[in-house]
Amino acid sequence: MNKLFSQAPSPSRRGFLAGVAAVAGGASFGFHIPFADAAEPAFPDEVNAWVVVKPDDTVVIRIARSEMGQGTLTGLAQMVAEELECDWSKVTTEYPTPGENLKRKRVWGAMATGGSRGIRESHQYVREGGAAAREMLIAAAAKGWGVKPSECKAENSVITHAASGRSTTYGKVAAEAAKMEPPKEIRLKDPKDWGVIGKSLLRLDTKPKTDGSQVYGMDLSFPNMLNAAIKDCPVHGGTLKSVNSADAEKEPGVRGVVRVGDSGVAVVADTFWQAKLAADLLEIEWDPGKNGEVSSASLAEWLKEGLDAKEAFVGNKNGDAAKALGSAARVVEATYSYPLQNHACMEPMNATAIWTEDRCEVWTPTQNGEGALAATIAASGHDASKCDVHKVHLGGGFGRRGATHDWVTQVVEIAKKFPGRHVKLIWTREEDMIHGRFHPITQCRMRAALNDKGELTGMHMRISGQSIVAAIVPGRLAEDGKDPFVFQGLMASGKEFEIGYTIPNLLIDHAMRNPHLTPGFWRGVNTNPNAIYLECFMDELAHATGQDPLAFRLKLMENHPKHRAVLQAVADKIGWDKPAPKGIYRGLAQVMGFGAYVAGAAEVSVTDGELKVHRIVAATDPGYAVNPQQIEAQVEGSFVYGLSAALYGEMTVEKGRVVEENFNTYRVMKLAEMPKVESILMPSGGFWGGVGEPTIAVAAPAVLNAVFAATGKRVRNIPLKNTDLKQA
Amino acid sequence: MVRLNVNGQVREIEADPGTPLLWALREQLGLTGTKYGCGVAQCGACTVHIDGAAVRACVMPLASVKEEQKIVTIEGLANGKPHPVQKAWVDLDVPQCGFCQSGMIMAAAALLKENPNPTDEDIRSEITNICRCGTYNRVLAGIKKAAVEGGAG
Ligand code: FES
Ligand code: FES
Repeated sequence: MNKLFSQAPSPSRRGFLAGVAAVAGGASFGFHIPFADAAEPAFPDEVNAWVVVKPDDTVVIRIARSEMGQGTLTGLAQMVAEELECDWSKVTTEYPTPGENLKRKRVWGAMATGGSRGIRESHQYVREGGAAAREMLIAAAAKGWGVKPSECKAENSVITHAASGRSTTYGKVAAEAAKMEPPKEIRLKDPKDWGVIGKSLLRLDTKPKTDGSQVYGMDLSFPNMLNAAIKDCPVHGGTLKSVNSADAEKEPGVRGVVRVGDSGVAVVADTFWQAKLAADLLEIEWDPGKNGEVSSASLAEWLKEGLDAKEAFVGNKNGDAAKALGSAARVVEATYSYPLQNHACMEPMNATAIWTEDRCEVWTPTQNGEGALAATIAASGHDASKCDVHKVHLGGGFGRRGATHDWVTQVVEIAKKFPGRHVKLIWTREEDMIHGRFHPITQCRMRAALNDKGELTGMHMRISGQSIVAAIVPGRLAEDGKDPFVFQGLMASGKEFEIGYTIPNLLIDHAMRNPHLTPGFWRGVNTNPNAIYLECFMDELAHATGQDPLAFRLKLMENHPKHRAVLQAVADKIGWDKPAPKGIYRGLAQVMGFGAYVAGAAEVSVTDGELKVHRIVAATDPGYAVNPQQIEAQVEGSFVYGLSAALYGEMTVEKGRVVEENFNTYRVMKLAEMPKVESILMPSGGFWGGVGEPTIAVAAPAVLNAVFAATGKRVRNIPLKNTDLKQA
Repeated sequence: MVRLNVNGQVREIEADPGTPLLWALREQLGLTGTKYGCGVAQCGACTVHIDGAAVRACVMPLASVKEEQKIVTIEGLANGKPHPVQKAWVDLDVPQCGFCQSGMIMAAAALLKENPNPTDEDIRSEITNICRCGTYNRVLAGIKKAAVEGGAG
């Protein structure tokens, strides 16, 4: 904790210039800067950037990514510890600040935490960091004994020299080790020799989450701190026309009412509750701008037009789909849709800032410390050398706290009006819902060409709708303006998002239509709608041609053995080849997302129009599995997140703004609806896939396919709550 | 001036009697383990015990809490040693982000006090807290485990 509140050492000018460019250019997508680039150690007690060993043998492992519940903190520590050969019971962790990272030439690499990349993109250099520290610790002990390092061995934080029977501990030689040259060459362990990676260790961060002592952003407190509540124009892109704050200012504890940007107004008071009450008394007139008449219906109309538009970005193409459809014995067509949805992190957005003439610091729960720092620098009016961000534990992230840091910009602007005082801004749940960075809204028309044997001879998948990348990171668009992320789970090849079927004559394209409601990366991102569109439609084709949905798929998966293996695994475990219990119906789905292969099978019943999900079987092939019990937790949680979205998740739009403002209208799944989840972990080795997101995408189609089996009703518009499942 | 009995101590606070107990705990008494998630009694993140029963503190104004009523928050749940629910939570690694878990634990502890041996169905109908990370199955397993180990605390 002391680290959290420490002032960052003042950095060198040169380091910052390089660093700022890096932040501005690639905040959320990551860089690979190996640890060998490390500048001088900034902290005397560290062995290297990743490892600090205290005299009492406590090992502090530095974690660059953000822990938001997904277990990455423990997983990354396991990776370092594996190579470090330290005593796991003495391991603790800490976050370096983004400012320190810049100053030290990004020695910790990227801090962005999203896209399930915490482990899969840093496994190499964090393990190397652990291995280098181990070699330096051994070298220090050997030097003290006057023997060769190669004659010494390290295990469980103890270094021994067998020949002379001497031993010492990491804590005793750590100070000396820091002075050693880092090894030039590092050989990592063979996966078959792993003892820490692959173990279902308990998380390092559980206990404080059970006794109230875990500090989240919302819980921060500083002497003399002020508290702020904000109202920002509910129509994204609109502005604040006028505000009458006379009543608000009379409220007890109120210290000021301040405009924030051109669209917001905040009340600053002694306590948050006072600020919130006073903010409710503000008389505000908004100027919605040009989007004040947009509604869910008008959005749907607009996207529908895109289904037939001539112009579209091609994401995956082989053969001639148009020709195949033109000459098909039979064409099957269906149109699907996916709505705007809110991340609804359990902890609403918040941050604390202090601004003075020569410094600005921010404390905030963020998935991307460097992105938060970029927002701080921009809003503070200071240059980078005068700013830093302290990452605080996140009460959920799911993508909301990564690519945009709108709340950080706000808190800095507010703090500037109260120089020298900490100001904490908390969004109410209502503000958090209205200013979501929503799951993108799309529609999709699927058209399949079938021959007279019922075989798939061609397919056109047209997606119409919103691009996250165009809205929030336009620098990542392809040269022609295409958003490659739209095709997650549908790509012809690649290590992350490859389609699992070989379809002769295929065209998958995207007519981009960008509503003003700002989208964001939403756990699972575009694999969510894409897996629904493709996997439900595959089910439709199987039923249309009188084939078994599993057999129909497997025929198209010969060239995709890993996709096939997870699908087969869930089918076997759920008992696909045997009849289901009476009144129970089954559905299947698979996808590749974020480098992992996943599949789901569901058992449901529908009684008087009421859906009950009884049982889920899920299979995951993430290549390597770092902590199986945590992967299981991610898989279970993914069904909650994915099914909440599929069954209930919808932000509707009226007069340019979203309607749902709290959990009473934005329903999410609760314990009563939670099915049993059986998780099959089948790591096949040789690659690193993410586990925080991919399973979300199979939750919905597996259940929707089972709903069709149960009712004969094909739910093509998400969420399911809008479809009446009662038998006519 | 309002007097409250919190975690076994009588505390005096300066706050408007309309202030929800949640914010008085967090802002006046510094007991930030109790969380704000919705403010409208939907999510349960703010669950505390009043005389042993689970209450959603975000909709409970100070004016309606009597001085002699005993308030227990997550910080005061352990009684010398961790409450069986807390222990089960650690053993099973229940929390993910953890933000909902203070409320979950308080709801679970109150349930076990009422019903020391709940069935799965009891738990499903009684625990109505929201967890966006989706820890529900481990919450259920945790309550069962705590029940076996003397969950009434
Ligand atoms: S904050 Fe009280 S129920 Fe959600
Ligand atoms: S553990 Fe994150 S909301 Fe429950």
